[in-house]
Amino acid sequence: MLELRNICKTFNPGTVNEKVALNGLSLRLEEGEFVTVIGGNGAGKSTMLNAVAGTFPLDAGQILIDGVDVTRLPEHRRARYIGRVFQDPMMGTAPTMQIEENLALAARRGKRRTLRPGITKKERAEYAERLKILDLGLEDRMTTKVGLLSGGQRQALTLLMASLVKPKLLLLDEHTAALDPKTAAKVLEATEKIVTRDRLTTLMITHNMKDAITYGDRLIMMKDGQIIFDISGEEKKKLTVEDLLDKFKVAGEDDLSDKMILS
Amino acid sequence: MDIMSLVNALPSVAAQGLIWGIMAIGVFITFRILDVADLTVDGTLCTGGATFIMLTMAGANVWAAMLGAFCAGLMAGLLTGLFHTACGIPAILAGILTQLALYSINLRIMGQANRPVSSRQYDLLVSQQDVREVGLHNPILVSALFVIVIIALLYWFFGTELGSSLRATGANLAMSRAQGINVNVTKVLGLMLSNGLVALSGALLAQYQGFADVNMGRGAIVIGLAAVIIGEVIFSRIFRNFALRLLAVAIGAVIYYLVYQVVIWLGLKTDDMKLITALIVAFFLAIPFWKGRYFDRWMKRGGGDRA
Ligand SMILES: Nc1ncnc2c1ncn2[C@@H]1O[C@H](COP(=O)(O)OP(=O)(O)OP(=O)(O)O)[C@@H](O)[C@H]1O
Ligand SMILES: [Mg+2]
Repeated sequence: MLELRNICKTFNPGTVNEKVALNGLSLRLEEGEFVTVIGGNGAGKSTMLNAVAGTFPLDAGQILIDGVDVTRLPEHRRARYIGRVFQDPMMGTAPTMQIEENLALAARRGKRRTLRPGITKKERAEYAERLKILDLGLEDRMTTKVGLLSGGQRQALTLLMASLVKPKLLLLDEHTAALDPKTAAKVLEATEKIVTRDRLTTLMITHNMKDAITYGDRLIMMKDGQIIFDISGEEKKKLTVEDLLDKFKVAGEDDLSDKMILS
Repeated sequence: MDIMSLVNALPSVAAQGLIWGIMAIGVFITFRILDVADLTVDGTLCTGGATFIMLTMAGANVWAAMLGAFCAGLMAGLLTGLFHTACGIPAILAGILTQLALYSINLRIMGQANRPVSSRQYDLLVSQQDVREVGLHNPILVSALFVIVIIALLYWFFGTELGSSLRATGANLAMSRAQGINVNVTKVLGLMLSNGLVALSGALLAQYQGFADVNMGRGAIVIGLAAVIIGEVIFSRIFRNFALRLLAVAIGAVIYYLVYQVVIWLGLKTDDMKLITALIVAFFLAIPFWKGRYFDRWMKRGGGDRA
């Protein structure tokens, strides 16, 4: 479904701020796989997701989605294959537009935007139904401006928008990191529900090792722009937080954030 | 100070205010919807007037000349849009570049710095001479109809899929790209639409005052912003609907012209009006910033309940 072949990205090459963020990374995801991604700060996790989404051009390597080479496709053209939820709750929604308008925008992802109505009556009913899965009562506030929602509500809405048109690939970049524990749990629960229901191929970055173990059927660990550990199947199910901490130590990773150890 | 002279000026205030209101609606599209300050408009206003007059003199029907002016505005917006998106020039600078280019282009269109157009000679839509006449050709009525039709069309457009993607672009670029919107296209489209309306306003203004002048658009952007801000300050609590917000902008332009007239009536020179306008607009633009700063300090002092 997704194939990364030796992708490389160096930021600010030739300057004192030069930073190799992706160093010949390769990864293959099968259809329907739910992969969690962990790694220390600056390991290149977000860069990998952004590379897949097309936020910047690669220095080298290839990206294939469902066999199609998208390496040179601009971000908005790749959007037809990809649903995304960002770490920053402000980034995924249009604050000055209503909940239903945001959903209507998402429903047209990958389609030509014409002079037909931006939202129809039939859609409204459908969105109200869809919003119920979030269990936040948003279905009763369809015409509320998204800017008035809390971070958690916005993040949950972004998740729904990302999956409204079934994406070939769902990219989640620490999408619960900015939320309080209770809200984070709720959004994660909704994530699990949606991913399972639609059998979405998913890459989920998390700082929370327990979540990384609990969710998904495969786990990868990154360091210095490469994948240093990749585990799936039965082995992943048996994995414990202690195992992961050991792996980190073996990898010489010493800047584990408190968040990671605590959880 | 004769109050009658002020009262006498009122019909003209209404007509001219409504015509500038169309320009202000154009400014609203870039400034409020697209979230860019587009300085092209200072040049586009004259481009609209100049194109209209030259087409009229060449024998074009008045509606054809209006359409021509609108298209000239679209082109001006396209140029700014391409400077911005295809050349990566910051929007403000892109607008300034086009504005400068338009100065030469406007002179080229007109062949001289000033072109008169007489309503006695040509069949015009609006003319200052009719401002006190009762009838279908009264410029207040005609420009009000223009405002209403334009608001109706914009209301429809911004409700379509394409219009929604323009609004999304202004609201959140990252989100728009993630939802598959080509933000370069939507930005260019918004700039074109905005400048098309400004040119239309310029065409009406040229007819109303009976001439186009290469300097007629100087400071237009600031007057447009003034109208947007006045409209929001006065009506934002009651006008929530998009069409009403556009109407508020048009009314804002009329109020601006009223204030303008009063200030002149009080004895100030017309030449000082740009200074006053600039200060008023600066003041209103600063309000959100000051509010934010005051709010921050208040939070730091522990006044906030969830700091
Ligand atoms: N746009 C950019 N310009 C310059 N450097 C960048 C840019 N984006 C990322 N980097 C650098 O690339 C490296 C990898 O960053 P990345 O954001 O991918 O890390 P991460 O694994 O997501 O870390 P975190 O857990 O902190 O989010 C970092 O050193 C970062 O400073
Ligand atoms: Mg990151």
